[in-house]
Amino acid sequence: MSAIQQGVKTIQRALPAVSGQGAWLAGLLLAAGWLALPSIGIAAEGAAAGPTEYRDIPYVGSRNLVWIVAQLHLLLAGFVLGVPIFAWLCEVIAWRGGEKRYDKLAKEFTKLLTSAYSTTALFGGILLFLLVAFYPKLMNYLTDVFFPSFLLYCLLFLLETITLYLYWYGWDAMQEGNKKTLHIFLGFMLNFFALFIMIVPNAWATFQSSPVVISEGTAIERAWAATWNPTWWPINIHRLIANVVLGGYICGAYAGVRYLSVKSAEDREHYDWMGYVGNFIGVFGLLALPFAGYWLMREIYQYNQQMGITLMGGFLSWLFILQAMLIGVLFLGSNYYFWLGITYRIPGSEGKYRKAMLMMLVSLLLCLAVWMTPHSLVASIEEAQKMGGAHHPLLGVLGVMSAKMTVSNLMILITFMSFVMYWRAGKQDTAGWAAFGKAVMGAILVLASIAVVVLGVWGYFVPAIVRINYFSTSQVLIVIFVILTITPLTALLLKSAKTTTEMVWGSMPPRAGYSLVLNAVMVILLMTLMGYARSSSRVHWHVYGVMRDTSPYAYSPALGSASLIMAFCTFSFCMIVAFIFWVATMGDKYKNAAGTGKGELPHGIPAMAGGAPDKGQQG
Amino acid sequence: MGSLGKPIILMVAMYVFLKFVLPYIPGSAPLPSSLIVLYLLLTGSGIVIFETVSKESKDAFWGPIQRFLTGEALGGLQALRYGVLIFFPLLVGWQTYGSTAVSDLPPMESRTIHPAPPGEYTGLSNPVPKTPDNIMQGKGFYAAYCSPCHGGNFDGKGPAARGFIPAPANFADPTTIAMLQESYLFWRIKKGGVGLPIEGAPWKSAMPRWEVELPDEWIWKIIMGEYDGAHQSPRTWE
Repeated sequence: MSAIQQGVKTIQRALPAVSGQGAWLAGLLLAAGWLALPSIGIAAEGAAAGPTEYRDIPYVGSRNLVWIVAQLHLLLAGFVLGVPIFAWLCEVIAWRGGEKRYDKLAKEFTKLLTSAYSTTALFGGILLFLLVAFYPKLMNYLTDVFFPSFLLYCLLFLLETITLYLYWYGWDAMQEGNKKTLHIFLGFMLNFFALFIMIVPNAWATFQSSPVVISEGTAIERAWAATWNPTWWPINIHRLIANVVLGGYICGAYAGVRYLSVKSAEDREHYDWMGYVGNFIGVFGLLALPFAGYWLMREIYQYNQQMGITLMGGFLSWLFILQAMLIGVLFLGSNYYFWLGITYRIPGSEGKYRKAMLMMLVSLLLCLAVWMTPHSLVASIEEAQKMGGAHHPLLGVLGVMSAKMTVSNLMILITFMSFVMYWRAGKQDTAGWAAFGKAVMGAILVLASIAVVVLGVWGYFVPAIVRINYFSTSQVLIVIFVILTITPLTALLLKSAKTTTEMVWGSMPPRAGYSLVLNAVMVILLMTLMGYARSSSRVHWHVYGVMRDTSPYAYSPALGSASLIMAFCTFSFCMIVAFIFWVATMGDKYKNAAGTGKGELPHGIPAMAGGAPDKGQQG
Repeated sequence: MGSLGKPIILMVAMYVFLKFVLPYIPGSAPLPSSLIVLYLLLTGSGIVIFETVSKESKDAFWGPIQRFLTGEALGGLQALRYGVLIFFPLLVGWQTYGSTAVSDLPPMESRTIHPAPPGEYTGLSNPVPKTPDNIMQGKGFYAAYCSPCHGGNFDGKGPAARGFIPAPANFADPTTIAMLQESYLFWRIKKGGVGLPIEGAPWKSAMPRWEVELPDEWIWKIIMGEYDGAHQSPRTWE
């Protein structure tokens, strides 16, 4: 107590020294810091009783602080690892196809990357300090298990940083001939290192959920056994795809915001097109994400029944209803953007596609209604009495995995067809086999949809293992077959097609920009939600079944309070990203104001990591 | 009102269907308000999406609303506008009051029917060989101890079932025991309603704690009998 009083006196002495604008803020920060310092000392366990196992921080709580910082680090990392994948793909498209606008797009994405990279590293550093400070016993244990991979991670980080700087700073210098090939190679290596930077820490996180512990062998053998745990690869794949989705939608949101604010027709066209590419990449990843998620959940359930039921049937199962809502908004938002694209970018096409849009929308909503229907319903006593329990006798069947898997596959099919419709809009087939080709595609789609539904219904009447191993897998394979068949057939048809209406970029209404922003927010919320689910499924264990959580926080927060933290993380991440974008585009605004190089490639100078010098400014 | 009429009719029709038609379909029951609100929200979202997908439809949909809220020389509608502007905040206030005021009604339940089992039960497998004799014996035990509530047909409609809320589990329903491993059932039968963990609050289960009366071997046999009689299979990974 005396330490706190002493702190108060120190604050009183320090406050007059802070003057001018923002003095109150500095004063508050100072006060918080001084008051917190002695409390941290108080919160730490007595050294006399043995080594310190936990430390705490007042008001916020160590767990909440670690939760927030870890989530923000993960979101930033997702963005930083997802963006280079399609930045590099865009560069390759520009390199092979000669379309310079893809190169411009790639460079604009990479420009955002440099600022985001340093922010991610910053949050990673803060997280590490917090973990070491608050959870010394756990970190000791994890260090003991994973020591060799810590070193590997440091090496990867160095290589990634060098490659990123070469890739970004060398952009203008490596534009022609062999140098461009070298630049493309650098982009490939950037993604290569980024992949490993993701999967190495994934091993640490998945080890906590599904540990494999061996007591014998060398440090490397023990680390390798712990790394290759049952949920490591499922989460690697899931996060890889999710990162692409996050990167795509955030770039879409960036384009959406820029589209809403730019004045010139040229800029509107550019950001409209950029929004389209961002949404396309997001949707492309989104189509594969449910499959990866299903595989992950299957592995968790198989690894441990308790963890599987906690997630899918126990107290965390409500998260999956929230997840369905968020994914539903994402699917609706992505399709809405495609449909807006048809009606606004391709003049005169509204009447032609309106009926198809209605059918797709109704199908999507029906699927969503099934996905969002819980098995055990929220009901008053009176309502439950009328139903005879928490399960509705008729709609209860919609609450289990067979129904959910079926509708998620159908939603993927519908969204894919939405894209195909957009792709074909404004074009007239001229190939002699066009009618036959379209009939084949229609038949494939109808038969595939029927097969998915039949397997879904049949799934209720077979043992769970048959449904999981064969029926659900078959549903996924059917959808993949449709995508892999219809895509080349459509491309072949369009190769000889006549363009009847030219695509008009820059004509989208403001709500298109807002829908891009909404999609990005949904993805971020989804990641915060699932982050909580994955972490909470360990319940009162730091390392499941191996190291018990004995801190005062060895309980799962209620869903309501957890959702507050999720919302806070989402909001904070959006603010951080907005700041990064603002910083990254500061140079553009300055140059535009000075009236130079409007049509050039944007060469903003991100203050946090430095910017690529303009060609014109190079000596 | 042309473009607004259809959405309003659709919303009303959906409400009528969910509230007054669906419950009377054979085998159905009234829907809880949470589900009705969910489906109506989906319908409303669909309407907004479809009506704003093009400039023409958006103008036709939003135009009358905008004119009603901001237009001039509306005649009798002007009074209605003020009515709406007064009534809507009052409605929101009333809803907020209703959802936060102290009430003597019990709160809505979000009961976890299948809470996670304790760790010591998760790795168990049925030690009793799956032979016709053992299955038959299991069905016999089931008839003696379980069927009064869970029913002779394994459908949760035993003679005592009507005395319980929630009703005893229907094993013939593919969304109950078919989703679970045998070890889960072993835990639930052995420990009963009183053995439910915190997660299973408010512990609404009249299931007896059968470990007091039945040896483990009988419980495993009952489990085999239940699955066989209900024509279901337990969740396995092989």
